[in-house]
Amino acid sequence: MTTQQTGYRWIGQSMKRVEDPRLLTGRGQYVDDIALPNMTYAAALRSPHAHARIRSIDTSKAKAVPGVILVMTGAEAAQQTGPLPCFASPPVTQYCIAVDRVRHVGEAVAAVVAESRYIAEDAADLIEVEYEPLPVVTDPEEAIRSTGDAVLHPERGPNNIALQRTLTFGPVDEDFAKADVVVRRKLRWPRSGAQPMETVGALASYDDATGKFSIYANTSMYNYVGWLMAMSLKVPAHKLNIIPTMAGGSFGSKLFTHKVPILAATLARACGRPVKYVEDRIDNIMNCDNHGSDRIYDLELALKKDGTMLSLRMTVIDDYGAYLQFGVGHHGNALAQLTGPYRIKSAQVSLTAVMTNKGQQGAYRGFGSEVNNFAVERMADAAAEALKMDPVDIRRKNFIQPDQFPYKIPTGNVYDSGNYEAVLDKALGMADYHGWRRKQHEARKEGRYVGIGLVSCQERSVFSATEFWFWNHEPGFALTSSPDSVDIKIDPTGKAFVRLHAPFWGNSPETVATQVLAEQLTIDPVDITVTYADTDSGLPGTGPGGSRYTVMIAGAIAGAAKEIKEKMFKVAAHLLEASESDLELRDGRVSVRGTDRGMSIGEIALQAHYFKLSLPADFRSGLDARYTYDHPYTTLPNADRTDMGVFYPIMGHMCHIPIIEVDIETGQIKFLKYVAVHDAGTVVNPMTLAGHIRGGTVQGIGSALYEHYYYDSSGQLLTANFADYLIPTLMEAPENIEVGHVVTPSPYTEYGIKGGGEGGRMGAPAALASAVEDALKPLGIKIDGLPIRPVLLREMIREAQQRRTEDGAAEDLQGPSDWSGRSSREHLGGPPGNAER
Amino acid sequence: MEQEKVTVTVNGLRYERLVEPRRLLCDFIRQDLGLPGTHVGCEHGVCGMCTVLVNGQTARSCLMFAVQADGASITTVEGVGTPSKMHPLQQAFWEKHGLQCGFCTPAMLVTALELLNHNPTPSRDEIREAISSNLCRCTGYQTIVDSVEHAATLMRGGV
Ligand code: FES
Ligand code: FES
Repeated sequence: MTTQQTGYRWIGQSMKRVEDPRLLTGRGQYVDDIALPNMTYAAALRSPHAHARIRSIDTSKAKAVPGVILVMTGAEAAQQTGPLPCFASPPVTQYCIAVDRVRHVGEAVAAVVAESRYIAEDAADLIEVEYEPLPVVTDPEEAIRSTGDAVLHPERGPNNIALQRTLTFGPVDEDFAKADVVVRRKLRWPRSGAQPMETVGALASYDDATGKFSIYANTSMYNYVGWLMAMSLKVPAHKLNIIPTMAGGSFGSKLFTHKVPILAATLARACGRPVKYVEDRIDNIMNCDNHGSDRIYDLELALKKDGTMLSLRMTVIDDYGAYLQFGVGHHGNALAQLTGPYRIKSAQVSLTAVMTNKGQQGAYRGFGSEVNNFAVERMADAAAEALKMDPVDIRRKNFIQPDQFPYKIPTGNVYDSGNYEAVLDKALGMADYHGWRRKQHEARKEGRYVGIGLVSCQERSVFSATEFWFWNHEPGFALTSSPDSVDIKIDPTGKAFVRLHAPFWGNSPETVATQVLAEQLTIDPVDITVTYADTDSGLPGTGPGGSRYTVMIAGAIAGAAKEIKEKMFKVAAHLLEASESDLELRDGRVSVRGTDRGMSIGEIALQAHYFKLSLPADFRSGLDARYTYDHPYTTLPNADRTDMGVFYPIMGHMCHIPIIEVDIETGQIKFLKYVAVHDAGTVVNPMTLAGHIRGGTVQGIGSALYEHYYYDSSGQLLTANFADYLIPTLMEAPENIEVGHVVTPSPYTEYGIKGGGEGGRMGAPAALASAVEDALKPLGIKIDGLPIRPVLLREMIREAQQRRTEDGAAEDLQGPSDWSGRSSREHLGGPPGNAER
Repeated sequence: MEQEKVTVTVNGLRYERLVEPRRLLCDFIRQDLGLPGTHVGCEHGVCGMCTVLVNGQTARSCLMFAVQADGASITTVEGVGTPSKMHPLQQAFWEKHGLQCGFCTPAMLVTALELLNHNPTPSRDEIREAISSNLCRCTGYQTIVDSVEHAATLMRGGV
């Protein structure tokens, strides 16, 4: 990876991570590694029905099992603990254990606390539940028309529509009227999810004497909205302390895992002993509350004959599952970069969010914007096809130009900076794009199906708050803050302590904080230690997610460091009898510029802590600062929502070029090359950024080719384990993802950093669809839906071949001139096969 | 439930414990012996998070009962190296960014250890083959292969 940033000592270094020594030696202290004296274990009984009334529950046999401490039903839990936090408006009621009614398979109907997890599971099996099955809704289009008992939340209205709204940005109708061509496509994005290797867990205890809960949990946002858990538990917020643990991956899915901590806390209060509840994998797949988007798109792109993109219309149905914790925030997110890197002048989105009998959506790397990228890039390819243009040329023609930034897109969001052609050109060069086009031609002559995919996608970073509510008819709790904080102290010996107010969830917050503080104070990284605040000591902290944490803690550290520098200068100026304006901080020393007179940070710290009487009278002892850094640039949406304001302006970009070969006998896809060039502004640590790009790309490959939470029509989840839900193994990943970087610093952030945490998953699914379609061009196959599982691909290939034989068509290496091919979208919905690896 | 006596050597230390016959080896190691470095990701034998070495060979400790390990010698990540005395494998993972969240790492380390014990000069393909049994959701695997390759070099005294 090449970066072009100079002038920094630590920013831009591929420094080894400071988190690693403990993670490498089994000392990670993940949530399930924590034990408390007298600890108990919980297990839940899961609903086998997708939709049913709970008629009765008999827990007597379970209670009789030796070693069982407590058995609790939903109705019993609800006497102490209210509904779970929900950000939708109006809210959707969900409990930590279902009350009266279950709405998806796997929903908890009772919980058992016992001396061991084994006993708890034994006892859960002995609970007898009588269900009255209700009509099951799994088809999102059908959900729009549901009535009667098929309505999941009758108190919200007479149907399963969670929200329906059309937003229009700019003169869409006029622009369509001006078009020479309108390209239309229907797309299907399937439900998949983060599936980190560690599930969600909590270890809760309740102190009767103080009336206070302590919960160890692998959650995030505890210093943002953690107090909502106290509200659910019906205690004042200061009677709940959430202690973060290291998370074994999140990818969004541990953004605000409210249910597990609240369940553990409810049980702990009821039984008077610490309760550990850790989801098993099947739980996590069915109940993690963090399924990804599940969308059906109808898309129209209006263009001029020369390829100029004018306007984009989207009609989208999104299947949110049984609850709605984050409202339709995912569609707010997508508005940040609705029109991609292109100068599209107007756009319209008609959204119908529906509720069905599936696990609810939450967050997964991209939070809806990865799906928007897929839609926009599929349309760019479709337009190139329709206009017989090269996919590279049509993109280049429509790119926002470097001198047009800051650039306001039709939705009102602003892109801070970028150089999309530079990214594209770098990727084309690294991939030897033109060379591969020639090789592809040769390969086709040999009957080999090589495909070259190409996408140029936006990578919005640093989420703010308005996207969660601005789609709502009634905004609800219309918050506008999304800050992050640090507190830093320099101890009497000159060592630095940084405390973060958000957790580690697989990223590198300690490393980033160390590098930024080392840069700020010109000290050695080995002299810095980083810890995490709980909620008792927590300052405002929104935490990671939406690729925000590096930018946000860099801002917070810079702010705190500035205050510490001011204090140090005050001490040094006084003791050196110099003017503060003559001082400089360099190599860990404050000295009088141009002389050798100075003091080390350690010497200053000692004075600041112990020699009050040697210092100016107004000097307050110690050398510390706390700083809360707000999102650097946001504005409110307007009242009629024709302009959503600035809410996601720190805009990264990427070009992915996968080169693949499809084995048309098996439908198997082999990678011949994979190039990913990103622009994440100034890079703090190229090594870890490349890690996000590669890891995210392989996740995106999973989304594109293998992963699917597949529900049958009775609402059973047929992919509820790792044998059926196929996460890419090493054998499905490209051997070498070649990473490149272009730097256009953000004018709005400290050092010009942009976020890159969502990495390759923002682009890889669209890139794979593009590559597979390109490979199978001679067969007229369209990729309009994911995942492109080998078995499905094989089916489409077989049909295409049959069609050709029937048509008597000769092998036409250029592909048919009119597209009569069937698309992957029409093939979706087949049951998953697990024999495809 | 009846308990049975199990005697195992873990990371060179001998342990004698009474366990229920149904107790999984992973729970035995993590909870009964207090060695939480071995992780559990699926409990159904697919992800490989729970991999340990049993008599030098990789085994999924979620698919074994503790009683089946009676008399065996087991190596977990805690026996590979410590922060102050890292094994070259751990050093290599650190240098080559072979981990992000670290949850798969203990299993990757012992799996790689088995390979390097038998084959000190593996090719990249041999490394890929060896560690393809284990999932990693963070890295995309490439830097894990780099790490194992680098460890082999370090162990041969290279840099
Ligand atoms: S936990 Fe043993 S293989 Fe997944
Ligand atoms: S480093 Fe997170 S699963 Fe491998």
